[in-house]
Amino acid sequence: MNWSSYDTWIVLTGALCAAACALPGTFLVLRRMSMMGDAISHAVLPGLAAAFMLTGSRGSWVMFAGAAAVGVLTALFTQWVHRLGKVEESAAMGVVFTALFALGLVMLVQAADDVDLDPGCVLYGSLELAPLDARSFFGASVPRAALMLGAVFLVNLVLVVVFYKELRISSFDPELSTTLGIPGGLMHYGLMTMVAVTTVAAFESVGSILVIAMLIVPAASARLLTDRLWLTLALSVALGAGGAALGHVGAITVPTWFGFVDTGTAGMTAAAAGAIFILCLLAGPRHGLVSRFVHRLGLALRIAREDVLGLLYRLEEAGGARRARAGEVASLMRSAIGGGGTVTRLAVADLRRRGRVRSRSGELHLTPLGREDARKLVRSHRLWETYVARHFALPPDHLHPSAERAEHFLSRDMRRAIEDEADLPTRDPHGAPIPERTKESS
Amino acid sequence: MRNEECKMTGAAPWAGFRRWCRVVVGLLGVFLVLWASTSALAQASAGRSKSLADTRLELPSAAQVADVLLLRDYNTRVVVLGTMLLGLGAGVIGTFLLLRKRALMGDALSHATLPGIALAFIVMTRFGGSGKSLPGLLVGATIFGGIGVACVLLIRGATRLKEDTALGIVLSVFFGLGVSVLGVIQKMDTGSAAGLESFIYGKTASMLASDAKLIAGAAALTVVGCAIFYKEFSLLCFDESFARSQGWPRLLLDGAMMAMVVMITVIGLGAVGLILMIALLVIPPAAARFWSHRLGPTVLIAGGIGAASGWVGASISALAARLPAGAIIVLTAAAAFVLSMIFGVQRGVLVRGVELWRLRRSVARQHLLRAMYEAEESGSAGAGVGEVELLRARSWSRRALGGGLRRARSAGEVEPGDAGRWRLTEAGRVAAARVVRNHRLWELYLVTHADIAPSHVDRDADELEHVLGAAMVEELELLLARDESRAVVPASPHAL
Repeated sequence: MNWSSYDTWIVLTGALCAAACALPGTFLVLRRMSMMGDAISHAVLPGLAAAFMLTGSRGSWVMFAGAAAVGVLTALFTQWVHRLGKVEESAAMGVVFTALFALGLVMLVQAADDVDLDPGCVLYGSLELAPLDARSFFGASVPRAALMLGAVFLVNLVLVVVFYKELRISSFDPELSTTLGIPGGLMHYGLMTMVAVTTVAAFESVGSILVIAMLIVPAASARLLTDRLWLTLALSVALGAGGAALGHVGAITVPTWFGFVDTGTAGMTAAAAGAIFILCLLAGPRHGLVSRFVHRLGLALRIAREDVLGLLYRLEEAGGARRARAGEVASLMRSAIGGGGTVTRLAVADLRRRGRVRSRSGELHLTPLGREDARKLVRSHRLWETYVARHFALPPDHLHPSAERAEHFLSRDMRRAIEDEADLPTRDPHGAPIPERTKESS
Repeated sequence: MRNEECKMTGAAPWAGFRRWCRVVVGLLGVFLVLWASTSALAQASAGRSKSLADTRLELPSAAQVADVLLLRDYNTRVVVLGTMLLGLGAGVIGTFLLLRKRALMGDALSHATLPGIALAFIVMTRFGGSGKSLPGLLVGATIFGGIGVACVLLIRGATRLKEDTALGIVLSVFFGLGVSVLGVIQKMDTGSAAGLESFIYGKTASMLASDAKLIAGAAALTVVGCAIFYKEFSLLCFDESFARSQGWPRLLLDGAMMAMVVMITVIGLGAVGLILMIALLVIPPAAARFWSHRLGPTVLIAGGIGAASGWVGASISALAARLPAGAIIVLTAAAAFVLSMIFGVQRGVLVRGVELWRLRRSVARQHLLRAMYEAEESGSAGAGVGEVELLRARSWSRRALGGGLRRARSAGEVEPGDAGRWRLTEAGRVAAARVVRNHRLWELYLVTHADIAPSHVDRDADELEHVLGAAMVEELELLLARDESRAVVPASPHAL
């Protein structure tokens, strides 16, 4: 891999594009309008064609204005079809953008004789060619696309900072924002204009599909990492820029692993953004799949530990006629609670390590420590059954399941509250003794 | 009504202004779009003739039109039949997609097939195949389409992200992946990838008989599948949790539905391209919803609109070879959508507009009658009511009041009295008494049984007086077995 200043400019342009897209993209994701980016970036085609037909020039500004105008019109038409026709919003979007795209295609074919606007360029863009079209900027030679995208990024940044509060409230709680006097329609169409302008600025250099990837994917990734809006915005900008860098590096290197030459940066950037998304999906601190799995496993283990203790306690209580063989615990658990399996085995090992149970000649026994814990648990269970039987007219055979759940989360205060009820019986509704309160277990 | 309330709160100028802005901008947009399409067509027909190929689009002769319509030409026959059948199948299955609120699933799905197509091409070339054999490409497309759908469902189910975001992610990332693999292919020395592009833009006009047969098979399978699972699918669409509680294999049914979508999309993609495929899945069902409230007819109508768009669009493009067939079919379907949206007999804008207008008229009439009645009640009888008093009674504009009076006069319910004042006629008084009675009965009910202060009941009763049925009125009379309710018109519980 040989890196040159050329590559640096490509990465910089891509990163600026990603940063410019990430700001409105975050709000699109929050407002559940992600596909609007898709719709607008397809629908600008007739705007480009119409601007050309009107003026007959390929002047950048005319094209820009035409495309942005049609982008906003897409949002407007979608609202019309949605409101007037009572069509579901995503379907309305689908109707509008496919129709506009088709119209654009027809117009483009008519104009194609005179202008080189080919649909391929619209779809894929030409990020690699961006550095070729350079302008001087404060003495330095900077690609035109980078200048434009940088400007759009700054404008978006200023807008988001200035209207931060309004955008936030109207995105999270539209009703509240209406009662606060924030004009919802204005915010909607303002955001749509921002998306349209950004899309048009971006897709000239990176193509329409990559625009969607840059609008949505970094914002979605950031959303999996944090709950704070400002942090989501900052992270999506950072992740988008990171994706752009990773994408270009990937475009140069990845195909060579398989013996090919290289491939387009735009497509690879979308793929890199996807890879970053998968990473966030797995490793996000609170919403990530791994952390959620670990959390659930911990909870399942705790419940299994407590269930094993309860089981051993009840066996002891039954007079010691039956002792649990170490291997038996799982099957006993299965018949008693419906648990069992790997988690139970893990739980037993865990209990041993914590000195709650001991195995003697192949049988599991509670240690004094373990008995204390088990007593607390069984006490919770039977107190709960007593309480429910007293206050709700439930038949006795319906008490057990709810107590089976409640025993794991009844706190000391709740146990106390139930005890404080007058003349608490010493036996639960099934006739089993409620374990006494000891000093420690209180 | 809303307008008048706005006026009272003083928000009217702004709200009105903004709404008008939106309408004006939108209408400008519509004109722009219309202008653009006509000018595109005009330019095509004028054919700013370049020297080389004469691209002039001449108006087709009657013989040509007949040729196309009667499918005499072999190529036309293939294209028209293929697109018709595709429209039919996509319309049918698309209706279920739309009702499941997954209208844009076809969008994500069809973009997600691209890496499958490109990878299949690479694999087939590596193993010495032609690289462009259709079955291989279809297998690749199907696998990745299925993965795409699975990813959407997974992201939606396992994270806090919503469906739209999941669709956007899958669409763009898969497509990006596909584009980069295509980029690799273009630089491969073996074989060119030129034909693969047709999966994106389609090659509708040059559809082969084998494509059409494939489409026919897929469409038949879809229609038959939907017919067999009609009950199950409709259950899934309208009450998923009921389906689950009844023990239907929900995931399996969902899988079957999505498999049909994947099948018709993948096969359609190869023949007509991406945008047309998305459009055929979304537009005909959305249009069909305007014509019926019932699922069965909607499915049939959607299939019909899809087929008709395919037929008309393909015929037009057969007559005007310079217009891209896929785009013309989309535009035909879009035209059908606009017509349906306006003229649809069940949910169309016109029908609902007329209904709303009638309702407003009848509400306005009842308001006028009540205002007249109450004014006569509190004023001196026989002298009539002046417009100034009526204007004060309710927040309506002078124009609305004038129109109401004019209509009531021609209906014989009011008559002009002396000095520009108005009187209720006998017939008018009877009608007004009924309205006022409903209003006051409801007010009394609210005061007696709902413990609402007399000063607060007027507004509530205002909305309900128009919809109180005879049975309801009788029940109210029974409930309020009091002296004042037995009177022809009970006295108002609050100051007028």
